[in-house]
Amino acid sequence: MTSPPLTPEPTLEIDLRDQNLAALLAWLWPGAGHLYQRRYPKGILFMACILGTYFFGLSLGEGKVVYASWNQTERRWQFVPQVAIGLPAAPALVQSVVKRRGGEPLFGGWFAPPRNQAELSEWHNRLNIRFELGTLYTMVAGLLNVLAIWDAYGGPVVGEPAGKERGPPKDDDKDKTT
Amino acid sequence: MLLGATLLAKQVWYIVPLILSVSLVYGATRHELWRPILINAWHTAVWMVVFMAVIFTVLFLVSWSL
Repeated sequence: MTSPPLTPEPTLEIDLRDQNLAALLAWLWPGAGHLYQRRYPKGILFMACILGTYFFGLSLGEGKVVYASWNQTERRWQFVPQVAIGLPAAPALVQSVVKRRGGEPLFGGWFAPPRNQAELSEWHNRLNIRFELGTLYTMVAGLLNVLAIWDAYGGPVVGEPAGKERGPPKDDDKDKTT
Repeated sequence: MLLGATLLAKQVWYIVPLILSVSLVYGATRHELWRPILINAWHTAVWMVVFMAVIFTVLFLVSWSL
């Protein structure tokens, strides 16, 4: 018995437009790169999931879990994955600069690093497990955005067979209709 | 009984939105269309829950003799 010859299915072609710009936009704001590429459903999905996770974690930690600090008080390595979320983590960098210049924290103290070890201990004591959970959520959100950035740059890992469902419109398609 | 106590602990439920979010985003990076994204997300979510259940069982059995 012979099996039918395997012929590769035509795959859904996706117009990634300017991949570098899409990746930059995806980093700055989760989902923005996909919206730029006109991959609207995925853009909205990434935005909802990643930003939802990030802001849920941030609210769990009452705004104290995302901050940039690299000194004797604390080496906040968790900020590295957190900053992968782009602009939503940017206030932490502003607060870090403000603190270094000796100014008062902005934004009601959200994103501000602790002044000293005693304040950090007070946060841990008051927030308890919510500090850890908030940190975890915001870190995971940042790491998920790395996947989204990669998807904006290179497209999905598995090619979709071209069928009834259509992907995002390509520029060529637009030319054909006009 | 320990399993019941674990499920009742409210900290455990914080994992649900995380699993949902991670599996959906992971599925979306593997596929472009909704149907395969949702199928992949479901498989990923089940895989994560089973994996954690296995770890839980191992730790539970290990701690049994303590």
